[in-house]
Amino acid sequence: MRADPAEYKLVSPGNLQATLSVMAGEPAQWLPIAGGTDVMVLFSAGKLPDRKLINIWNIPELRQIEVFPERIRIGAACTYTALRRHENISREFPLLATAASWTGGIANQNRGTLGGNIANASPAADSLPALLVYDAELTLISVRGERRVGYRSFHTGYKQTVLAADELIRDISLPRRFSEYLSHARKVGARNAQAISKVCLAALGQMANGAIRDVRLALGSVAPVPLRLSGTEQMLAGKQIEPSLIEIARKTAMSEIRPIDDIRSTARYRAAVAGNLVAEFLEKLAEGTKA
Amino acid sequence: MNPSQQSIAKSEILFTVNGDARKVLAHPMERLLDVLRNDLKLTGAKEGCGEGECGSCSILLDGMLVNSCLVPVAQAGGANIITIEGMSAHALMKPLQEAFLECGGAQCGICTPGMILAAVHLLEKKPEPVIADIREGLAGNLCRCTGYMQIFEAVAKAARRRVAT
Repeated sequence: MRADPAEYKLVSPGNLQATLSVMAGEPAQWLPIAGGTDVMVLFSAGKLPDRKLINIWNIPELRQIEVFPERIRIGAACTYTALRRHENISREFPLLATAASWTGGIANQNRGTLGGNIANASPAADSLPALLVYDAELTLISVRGERRVGYRSFHTGYKQTVLAADELIRDISLPRRFSEYLSHARKVGARNAQAISKVCLAALGQMANGAIRDVRLALGSVAPVPLRLSGTEQMLAGKQIEPSLIEIARKTAMSEIRPIDDIRSTARYRAAVAGNLVAEFLEKLAEGTKA
Repeated sequence: MNPSQQSIAKSEILFTVNGDARKVLAHPMERLLDVLRNDLKLTGAKEGCGEGECGSCSILLDGMLVNSCLVPVAQAGGANIITIEGMSAHALMKPLQEAFLECGGAQCGICTPGMILAAVHLLEKKPEPVIADIREGLAGNLCRCTGYMQIFEAVAKAARRRVAT
């Protein structure tokens, strides 16, 4: 049944400090809403349990993208459109720009935010594998102060995160040291726009002297959380890319994931595709180095 | 969570709609789509899915294409809103209307306001789009009649005519 808007409060403090004060005043009572592309879907369907919402769309501190010599800092309420249009992000973090282009359609990209994607914590979110391979770091903020958390340890289980009830994600920080890597992004789904992935991959690799110097692999929709394939990465480090190695990598990747059957796909299909995507990337990495 | 059923007061929200300053009295979480349709009687934006998947409720909010079913009205305070009703004088409107008619890009008409606004949003940024740009620009707008090719052709044709004139 449709929700009755008369039962929902929405306040707009308009700046970060005032917002954090409201959240600290009644812990766990306030749900932040930015572009609404997740929250409003639940609301419309009458499935939003939270009755008090706090507007964080248009808080200037959360909408900036700042470029520093060592890192780029993305305000949590930056939209996918803002990410796609930013020159440094397109050039140095193509996996993130590509994932932004897969998310929803243009109208959703104009409203959906990177911080919202992280906080919503769907294991199928397209932008999250990119954040894993780029070693993203999050700044979480509350009236108690700020803390920095490696994105890798942000998700603790299905839709579970380390974010406290009075905290907001303030920004996402990416180190600027991957622009020389070969990057590869793949989404397998019914269609690129709107459809949620069956499996998606973000991969970075760098060769040195004919062998893998560094490889970074992350997959979406194959586990309760966006997953970095650490075991496969370690197995590959320092090795030459040969057909036998690619087969071992495929099997290692398939053993690391924990896919499920759901409305979009099956565990078996997801495992096969995950292995194929890793193999495809390694072939491309070998090719790219030959050329 | 707090299941209190107490009613939240309505508040006054001011914005510009199709060039006119408007004032509405609404609950802050009312969907902008409902306020446009029910309070302002602008029924060009349609409700298809109600979850941001179909694009039939598309409007331009401060120049950005958005799904008005996903915007709480309080977030539109002070905004400049353009709905399909406000497009009649837009320079792209005549070429788009003609091309949609000629190519068979409109059938039942439910998706058409959204398709036109998505096309305008695209052509304002990319006056000479390739087919991939058109497909991407309209990917958030679903049509269950024409099969899309006629719509893509119409947008391409409108763009060519606009550039030629």
